[in-house]
Amino acid sequence: MSNPQQLRYSKEHEWLSNAEAGVSTVGITEHAANALGDVVYVQLPEVGDTVTAGETCGELESTKSVSDLYSPVTGEVVEANQDVVDDPSLVNTAPFEGGWLFKVKVTDEPGDLLSADEYTEFAS
Amino acid sequence: MSNAPRLTSLDALHRSLGATMTDFAGWDMPLRYGSERDEHTAVRTRAGLFDLSHMGEITVTGPDAMKALNYALVGNIATIGLGRARYTMICQEDGGIVDDLIVYRLGETEYMVVANAGNAGIVLDAITERAAGFDAEVRDDRDAYALIAVQGPESPGILASVTDADLDGLKYYAGLPGTVAGVPALIARTGYTGEDGFELFVAPEHAEQLWRALTEAGQDAGLVPCGLSCRDTLRLEAGMPLYGHELTTALTPFDAGLGRVVKFEKDGDFVGRTALEAAAEKAAANPPRKLVGLIAEGRRVPRAGFSVVSGGEVVGEVTSGAPSPTLGKPIAMAYVDAAHAAPGTTGVGIDIRGTHEAYEVVALPFYKRQK
Repeated sequence: MSNPQQLRYSKEHEWLSNAEAGVSTVGITEHAANALGDVVYVQLPEVGDTVTAGETCGELESTKSVSDLYSPVTGEVVEANQDVVDDPSLVNTAPFEGGWLFKVKVTDEPGDLLSADEYTEFAS
Repeated sequence: MSNAPRLTSLDALHRSLGATMTDFAGWDMPLRYGSERDEHTAVRTRAGLFDLSHMGEITVTGPDAMKALNYALVGNIATIGLGRARYTMICQEDGGIVDDLIVYRLGETEYMVVANAGNAGIVLDAITERAAGFDAEVRDDRDAYALIAVQGPESPGILASVTDADLDGLKYYAGLPGTVAGVPALIARTGYTGEDGFELFVAPEHAEQLWRALTEAGQDAGLVPCGLSCRDTLRLEAGMPLYGHELTTALTPFDAGLGRVVKFEKDGDFVGRTALEAAAEKAAANPPRKLVGLIAEGRRVPRAGFSVVSGGEVVGEVTSGAPSPTLGKPIAMAYVDAAHAAPGTTGVGIDIRGTHEAYEVVALPFYKRQK
């Protein structure tokens, strides 16, 4: 599997897009989606919530397990992907595209996010 | 004892198919090959192929084989016809369930007992000990067999294309020796998916040849390899108990709602009889918790150990839960107080990490195939 070069990655297997007008998109990686198996339920932070880098902000439930969703950055949630709430399998089928999870107005980000190559090595 | 996981004779094949492997009862087994929902759907609508080589086979032979098993197990082994199979259990002296089993009668005085992987050693030891006073030999055949299951509505056609055995004459819960894809096999019409299907016991060195032949024979019918993950959702939809979840040593068959497997009328004593008679009387007079089905109104998935609640009180416990691919909603099996166990009971919920999610009480199974 290939991890898009233009994204940055957390060690909790989230990806973060480059900010456009201060807003970044967050999702989980294909590696994480494969490890979870079929995702059947997604609980996302709500618009207006403040999320904190490295802290849980939601839940991803698959056939066999429940995983916490961590935020890779600190900021205010400006959009949650309703499509993925309605059809959680998007996390499996399009983790870097239609399966994105939420958009956040970033106020702070930790310095330890990984590049695509670093993440690929970390997750292998 | 080594802690390294045991590998089935199909291990290399699973890895070449890209299986996600998982530890299961000390064995490295395929969890899924792709999407577990697709595998589940394949078994419900077409056919699926499973490696079940981790199951534990125990052969009991000799003039007293039937009597030895009648003493060791709670079922009536005397009434199993030649070439037939029976679902039964082995219990402790106190009535607690050691394991659920399938017993195949392979010959006049030859039986094969199939135990769950995690209990195979315990069951082997118990049967060996209990058979000591009988003219019967108990043989550990765990390494003598690989077990491949082909399950689903297309499975009779697929199997028929690679065997001359009379499958039409093979009833549900029956088994006969034959040749499949050129290798000798015990062909049993049994399974754990709620579908028609077959379980094929073969020598481990023949497993790969058989797997490849079935894969090829099933290609046009849409057969896919299937892992333990979909096996669990299939058996849950079919309301079939799983050892360690619905069945434990803390429960008698009567507590588990499976008292019908205990045959008090059979000849001779059997291990657990006294305790089980008491459990049967108690169950009749004062029903214990009942095993029921629960269907979610929402989408959050219940897991084993979660509390069933009603009016703020805990009234039961989930034993198995999963999203049901066939129903499109989360489902669970749970032991629930008799007062809340009737299908249609309202106001029942499951505590899912602090939130009480509404559930509907239904009779098991959730899914029954059309015959």
